[in-house]
Amino acid sequence: MSTARTWAVALTGVDGHLVEVEADLSNQTPEFRIIGLPDKSLGEAVQRVHNACKNTGLDLPRRRLTVNLSPASLPKQGSGFDLSIAVSTLAAGGSISPRSIARTVHIGELGLDGRVRPVPGVLPAVFAAARAGFERVVVPKANEEEARLVPGVEVMAAGSLAQVAVWHGADVEVPEVESVGATAVEQVDEQILDLVDVIGQDEAVEALIAAASGGHHLLLSGPPGAGKTMLARRLPGILPRLSEDEALEVASIRSLSGGAPVRLDTGPPLEAPHHSASVAALVGGGSRTARPGAIARAHRGVLFLDEAAEFSRVALDALRQPLESGAIEVNRAGFTARFPARFQLVLAMNPCPCGNHGVRGAECMCPPMAIRRYATRLSGPLRDRVDIDLQVARVAARAATAGGAARTSTADAATRVLAARGRAAERWRGTPWRRNAEIPGTWMRQGALRLSAADRAPLDRALERGLLTLRGYDRVLRLAWTMADLAERERPGLDEVGRALHLRRGWTP
Amino acid sequence: MAAKDILGRAGEERAARYLTAHGYTVIDRNWRCAQGEIDIVATRGDLLSIVEVKTRRSSAFGHPFEAIDQRKRRRLWQLAHAWCDAHRDQVGGRTVRLEAIGIIGSNPASAEVEHLEDIA
Repeated sequence: MSTARTWAVALTGVDGHLVEVEADLSNQTPEFRIIGLPDKSLGEAVQRVHNACKNTGLDLPRRRLTVNLSPASLPKQGSGFDLSIAVSTLAAGGSISPRSIARTVHIGELGLDGRVRPVPGVLPAVFAAARAGFERVVVPKANEEEARLVPGVEVMAAGSLAQVAVWHGADVEVPEVESVGATAVEQVDEQILDLVDVIGQDEAVEALIAAASGGHHLLLSGPPGAGKTMLARRLPGILPRLSEDEALEVASIRSLSGGAPVRLDTGPPLEAPHHSASVAALVGGGSRTARPGAIARAHRGVLFLDEAAEFSRVALDALRQPLESGAIEVNRAGFTARFPARFQLVLAMNPCPCGNHGVRGAECMCPPMAIRRYATRLSGPLRDRVDIDLQVARVAARAATAGGAARTSTADAATRVLAARGRAAERWRGTPWRRNAEIPGTWMRQGALRLSAADRAPLDRALERGLLTLRGYDRVLRLAWTMADLAERERPGLDEVGRALHLRRGWTP
Repeated sequence: MAAKDILGRAGEERAARYLTAHGYTVIDRNWRCAQGEIDIVATRGDLLSIVEVKTRRSSAFGHPFEAIDQRKRRRLWQLAHAWCDAHRDQVGGRTVRLEAIGIIGSNPASAEVEHLEDIA
């Protein structure tokens, strides 16, 4: 047998492409060449594979070996191809069975001693293999748990090249090797943040529950110390747990960022980048491999921008495209990586640079121009995509010290959110939408879902007086539906519309 | 004569016998010119083979074929053309190609012979 083939996976973003690794052995003077657009680290696989095979006791044939990575036009990078290159060359040389490797995907980096080392992005790679219909995947031992998260595919965890070779019918001794450990994952037990800790902000808590129920983006503005950050950090707790598919998407992105997820976390992620974050940090980047940024890491969870007005304008406006399309594209000379980015945005900001503007009893020192400039740091288009614009006031002394008042706990809030989401999903059955925030405006203004003239009177008045744009009008309608879901009503009435209007029209008119 | 040269001579001897046994006719050996030396020139049918013979006592320092790299092949082609130039009458329209024979063993007369036809 002079040619043999097996499979590996190349990743662009979280999309895995199956790559056929073919090895050809021709009767020429010894040479080992890899073609098919390998990058530097992949080109060096020649040395790693050569030494790993030799130290495993499986000599590579002393002829010309050509390894082709097909599709040849797709640029490939990283050391994850080592294992597939090694087994295909060994099969071409006749040491192992070509039939056995032909329907197996091999992922892993080789050490010079033949040990199989972990690589990043195993989860999306195994996912791609399973989707392409492969039944067997060989992964590094250190990435085993991560790979086993993918259902419907047989995962074989390899500690050394010898072990893999024996699986494929080679006659070598499997040495007792100390397997290479995974990069330490910071297994931080998430601190349970309960809504009970929030004191005297009933209105804000209600707004938070509404945001969670309808998937509405949220802007919290208020003076320092009002509890904006406290509120925002408690949002992931009241969001519904992720479904298995969603959790896999989240874990895939995490796997790409280098951490090896060992179990499927169904808690929605919270990303809170610092306000000095650059565009690349938010969007993701890299010249050869695209790494996910904060926006992609917040997929299916919450992206919390504290001190939103301190972010650079460019960074903030980078949010506009993913807010609209639910995905973010990183374009580079050689490739375009697409990351999913369906997140809930929470912005928190002060009313002015000193933070005291509009606070009773406090004195704002800022000149009017500074206040205006501060408020306009969030561009109109971005503000327009935020459904709930909530003003958070400082808590009065009486509320802060009062004990025994019935406060909403995270568990109660989560139950209400789940029920409201259930009602919404029931209503939008048969449409592509699940949450109220996704419904197009025309759908709500016309047809069966149109509210009666009496119920929408305050809205129409606001529109006529120019206080609302038509887009703003639609947003209030969406919020009103969420309010109705929370109140367990069939459709929004005057009360729900009024409350929605209040949440929408924050303090900047 | 150094030990390595004795080994080399013995290897070439073995290679010549091997080629003859496989239907080649050896027409020249150890032909020298300014650029270097050709180990064996042999013909078979309409092929004119320039054969490089490499003999090693063991493969501890690499396989004999690993010594035939791109530079060596380029020089062999130069030598091949030089030989053809010097022996126009014997070429007779044959196709020239490079071949390599590798022998591993301290006694070349009985060692295993590996043969690469057409190493381009």
